[in-house]
Amino acid sequence: MTIDVAYPLAPVSAAAEALRAEVRAFLAEELAGMPPVERAKSWTGFDADFSRKLGQRGWIGMTWPRAYGGQDRSNAERYVVIEEMLAAGAPVAAHWIADRQSGPLLLRYGSEAQKREHLPKMAAGECFTCIGMSEPDVGSDLAAVRTRAEPVEGGFRVNGTKLWTSSAHHAHFMLLFCRTSGSPADRHKGTSQLLVDLSLPGIEIRPITDLAGELHFNEVVFEDAFVPAEALVGTEGNGWEQVMSELAYERSGPERFLSSMALLNEMVRMLGESPSDAAAVAVGRLVAHLTTLRYMSRGVATMLERKEDAGLHATIVKDLGAMFEQEIPSIARALIEIDPSVPASREFGRLLAFTNASIPAYSLRGGTREILRGIIARGLGLR
Amino acid sequence: MDEMLDILTSTATRLFEQVGGDAAARLAREGGMSESLWYAVEEAGLPLALVPEDMGGFGLSPADALSLIRIGGRFGSPVPLAETMIGNWLLASAGAPAAEGIVTFTTMSAGSRITAVDGGWQVEARAAWVPWARHAATIVLIGDDHVLAIPAGHVQISQDAAGNGLPRDDLQIDATFSAEQVLPRPAAITAARVEAVGALARSLEMAGALGTVRDITVQYANERVQFGKPIGKLQAIQQQLAVLAGQAAAASAAVDLAAAAWEDGTSVAVAKARVGEAAGIASGIAHQVLGAIGFTEEHRLHLFTKALWVWRDEFGSEVAWQRRLGENMLKTSAGSFWHGITDQARVGAVA
Repeated sequence: MTIDVAYPLAPVSAAAEALRAEVRAFLAEELAGMPPVERAKSWTGFDADFSRKLGQRGWIGMTWPRAYGGQDRSNAERYVVIEEMLAAGAPVAAHWIADRQSGPLLLRYGSEAQKREHLPKMAAGECFTCIGMSEPDVGSDLAAVRTRAEPVEGGFRVNGTKLWTSSAHHAHFMLLFCRTSGSPADRHKGTSQLLVDLSLPGIEIRPITDLAGELHFNEVVFEDAFVPAEALVGTEGNGWEQVMSELAYERSGPERFLSSMALLNEMVRMLGESPSDAAAVAVGRLVAHLTTLRYMSRGVATMLERKEDAGLHATIVKDLGAMFEQEIPSIARALIEIDPSVPASREFGRLLAFTNASIPAYSLRGGTREILRGIIARGLGLR
Repeated sequence: MDEMLDILTSTATRLFEQVGGDAAARLAREGGMSESLWYAVEEAGLPLALVPEDMGGFGLSPADALSLIRIGGRFGSPVPLAETMIGNWLLASAGAPAAEGIVTFTTMSAGSRITAVDGGWQVEARAAWVPWARHAATIVLIGDDHVLAIPAGHVQISQDAAGNGLPRDDLQIDATFSAEQVLPRPAAITAARVEAVGALARSLEMAGALGTVRDITVQYANERVQFGKPIGKLQAIQQQLAVLAGQAAAASAAVDLAAAAWEDGTSVAVAKARVGEAAGIASGIAHQVLGAIGFTEEHRLHLFTKALWVWRDEFGSEVAWQRRLGENMLKTSAGSFWHGITDQARVGAVA
């Protein structure tokens, strides 16, 4: 049996390349003077004003229909915008989840009222969302979800705890994955998705500081929170299938391999035009890897646009992408010697230390390395 | 044109699989060559796939024609299809008709000379590590200013055993050729371009072979029973196979990108660098999963892994291409790795 995983060549788009120059000029102005160590926060950097400015330019929800606040632009154009944002280290966290995941989910499964109510605000950079999947006892094993939305008169009563919820402390809404019937033993059955207004009573959000000193993920506790019936997204009991359909979007984008770009750009700047042989070889290897990853990721975007199943393709991009992002600090350390006792060395040292402290998350968030490799193994026909 | 490609693809696959099979690859590793397979490949016209339509080709795009080389790689490249396709393409580029039979190609070693003599050209040339030369009817020699189609009878061959059994020969040519046999070298056919096309061919063969290595390894893991179940049920094995499959997919993507832009030196460099690295990782995992049986001469795995280890060094190892990519990036990116990546199509040839 042959299990070739081939990625289609993304169509060349002159409009997208023209847009690249526009985005770069915008970013050069907006982010002027932003130090590399700030840019290194990558897509966890939060700035609501910045997101609103992008919304005004039509750079959030670009591919969504105009009727819902989008721009009807191509996937290729959106791809250019998001990769330029990531490469520059722009603070995109506020709108990131809505643009990547929540918006497309609503477009696919949401009611007409939900689409009209929420998508225009998301596209304007005024409505931020987060994803409620993980729980204290539910990490990789998502089907063991315990958070419960009990159907009651006029809606649901929600009880349970979500954990590691990125951006919940800034978000207006959560896409809550929960159980609406049955028990955790029923696994995939009886799960649903609710679009929960986080300002409702009975919801407490507690930020958790990560080891890099950053505050982006949270614990979200639901205690008898009443959520109205119209918050149900898609079909009750269909939550698992809906969540799985999000994953190809979640796992194949350029944020799965560009998270360490601030360090990589700075490393190249410091190496200059006359590198050692070891530095030239190491940089060239990264060129080969990133060029290939970018081709693969754009191939997945093309497949998604054609409504093809890209689950396995996306999983491979994320697995390879995390390895690429994670090895950059150790390569930088090998090529540029840091001496903390020399003040001139400290700025780069700080950037390196911050990136190094951030990378453990890259093979955890969005599916752990081991889970991804299990999915790839299943795609190969093992198990 | 898709129909023509489908016909050629299915023909190539059928011939390599049914006329060739592992027996042809084994013969090739012992210095021989399956005459029946070559005859069938030639009858199907595959050696002309890169030649323009008005010179006997099929009018395929280069990317489509090059996909045949990858199919050969899937079967361990038992016949010199890549070399003959490229040799004929070089001849066509110089305005000469395609050659009959097996063709290989090479640049000249330093110190070689092509000098004008009365009524023709005196050639005193050496060439090293020329693939398949011992079986070739014609050797296309790329000189500083000339392209020559040299009949095998004018070439002294010393065979080298260093190529893991793959036919690799050193050549010596001391002969006089008539004016018609010596063509002016087209400006586009530089030594660097010849190396890049060779590197692309090897990358394609490696991508094909990596697919086979993955398939062999997955099949073995599903069949080999230990502790009462197939070893492919063990997570430790599954994780390794996932890495192997990821490397094969990356190799496949890198060659697809390069074949679609085969005149762009950067994408060829990316392919050879990325695929060469994938070859090392994937073959290591395959041999670990197959255990002792995969380490035997009898098992077919080495028909692919030993070839990968030769191909990754030919026409520039991954390190050589990484170095060029890195130097190019650092010279042209003006301090931004990202701008270097997005602009590299405009930077053009690395060499």
